Amino acid sequence: METYDHLFRREAGRMVATLTRIFGPHNLTLAEDVVQDAFCRALEVWKFHGMPDNPAAWLMATAKNRALDVLRRESTARRFAPELGRLLDSALVPAVEELFGANAIKDDLLRMMFSCCDPRLPEEAQVALVLHILCAFSVDEIAGAFVSTQAAIEKRITRAKKTLARSKGLFDVAVASEFSARLPAVQRALYLLFNEGYHGASSERSVRVDLCREAMRLTCLILAPPPGKPPATHALAALMYLGASRLPARVDASGNLSSLFDQDRSQWDQELVAQGLNLLDLSASGSELTEYHVEAAIAGVHAAAHCAQETDWGTIVSLYDTLMTIRPSPIVALNRAIAVAQCHGPERGLEEMQRIADANRLAAYPFYHAALGELELRSGRREVARDHFRAALRLARNPMEHRFLEQRVTVCENGSPRQG
Amino acid sequence: MSEYVFLYRGADRGASPEMMQQRMQKWMAWMKELGEKGHLKDRGHPLERVGKLVRGKKKAVTDGPFAEAKDAIGGYTLIEASDLDQAVELSKGCPILETEDGVVEVRPIMKM
Repeated sequence: METYDHLFRREAGRMVATLTRIFGPHNLTLAEDVVQDAFCRALEVWKFHGMPDNPAAWLMATAKNRALDVLRRESTARRFAPELGRLLDSALVPAVEELFGANAIKDDLLRMMFSCCDPRLPEEAQVALVLHILCAFSVDEIAGAFVSTQAAIEKRITRAKKTLARSKGLFDVAVASEFSARLPAVQRALYLLFNEGYHGASSERSVRVDLCREAMRLTCLILAPPPGKPPATHALAALMYLGASRLPARVDASGNLSSLFDQDRSQWDQELVAQGLNLLDLSASGSELTEYHVEAAIAGVHAAAHCAQETDWGTIVSLYDTLMTIRPSPIVALNRAIAVAQCHGPERGLEEMQRIADANRLAAYPFYHAALGELELRSGRREVARDHFRAALRLARNPMEHRFLEQRVTVCENGSPRQG
Repeated sequence: MSEYVFLYRGADRGASPEMMQQRMQKWMAWMKELGEKGHLKDRGHPLERVGKLVRGKKKAVTDGPFAEAKDAIGGYTLIEASDLDQAVELSKGCPILETEDGVVEVRPIMKM
C-alpha cells in the first residue's frame, strides 16, 4: 500500500485539471463533481474487489467515461470548451481520448497551477486554491493547515473560484513569454505553501509534512518543461529539499518541538540534503539572484554543519544581509539578528533585534518573543528572559509550541542549564 | 459453520479524496482480516445506487432509488461464522459503521 500513499489526492489534481480543460473553467464545479463521483465509484468497487493493477489509470478512465456522459447529456444545456463545442459524437470520443493522453494531462496540471496563481487573486487565495484544486484538500483540511476557520477558507476559495471561472480558458503554458511572466507568482505561491508546512501553526505534524511534500511535488512539476528551468526554480526546489531534510528532527522522540540549535542532526534526511545541494548547484547559473537562491544557500550552510556551534554563522549573517536587500521583511531581520547573536554574542543580537523595522508586525509571532527570551537568557538576565517567554507562551499556536515555550519559562525559573 | 450475509446500508463518502482513500484502505484491511481468519466466503459486490423496481401482477416498472438513499443497500458479502453472535461480532469491524448512517444488516442464510 505504501506506494499508493496519497494516490487519490495526487490523481484528483490531475483529473480536475484535465476535466476543467475539457469543460472550461466556468464549469469547474462540474469537473469537481465528476472527480468526486469517480472516487466514490473507486471506493465502492475497490473495497469489494481490491485495487486494480493500475489504479491511477482506472480512476482516469472512470473520469473520462463520466466526462463523455456529461458532454453528451448536457451539450445543449451547457457551454463547454470551444474545441469540443460542435463535435459530433463520433469525433467526440477521439477528441476526449486525446485530452486524456498522458502528456496532455501533465500540461493540464501546469495550466491549472498557473491559472490558480492569477495575480488578480491575493497570494493567500492563490495558495488556498492550489491546495484545494491541485492537492484536493477539503476546506476543512485547509482550515486545519492554516489554523483558520472553515467559513473564512470557504469564502476565500469561493471567491477565488469565481475569478478563475471568469477566465476564458486555462492559462496557456505553451507561450514561453507568458509562462515566464507568470512563473514568479507560481514560485511564490509554492514557496508560501512550503513555508506554511514548515513554519506554520498547524499542530498536526502529518498535515505540515503533507504541505511540504505537495509544495515539492508541484515545484518538481514546474521544473519539467523547458521554460520552467530558470535558476530561480532550481533554487526554490533546493531550499525546499534542504528544509525538508530537517523535518524528521524538528520534533524529538517525546513529541516535543526541537529548535535548530538542539536538533539531533543524525536524523536529517541525507538523501534530501544531497538532492538539495545538487539543485543548489543547478541554480547557480544566469545573473539573477533571487530570494530563493539566498534562502537555499542559508539552508545549505546549515546542512553542512554537524552542530549549531560548528555552523559558519559569519556566512549566514552576510547571506541574510543580501536577503534584506532583495526581499526585506521583519522575519528576515529577526533571523538575521539570531545569526548575529551566534556570531558576535547575545548582546549584539539584542541590538539587532531592537533595530528591526516594522517589529510590530512580529508582535503576534511567538518565536519573536522566544528569540528575545533566548538572547536575554544567554546574557544572564533570567527574569527579563522569563517575561519574554511568557509573552511567547500566550501566543503559542498549538500544544506543541505551548509545551516548548513552557519549558523555556521553566528553564528561566529553575536556572537549569540550556539543553543540548 | 453457518453462512451469513452482510448487507451494507448507508452512503460511504469522505470529505476529500485523502479521506476517501483512507476509508477504502480501512475496508481493504477489514476484508483482508476476515479472509485471513477464514470467515470470508465471498467478498460479494457493490451495487449501483439506482435501478428498477418491478411490481405486482401488472409488472409495473418504476425507477429506483428505493426509499431514502441512506437506506439503500450498497453491497453485500457472504460470511462464514459459527453462530449469529460471532457474525455480529465480525460485522462490528466494518468501516461503514464509522459513517453517520452506516448500517450492517447481518442475516443468516437458511439452510437446506
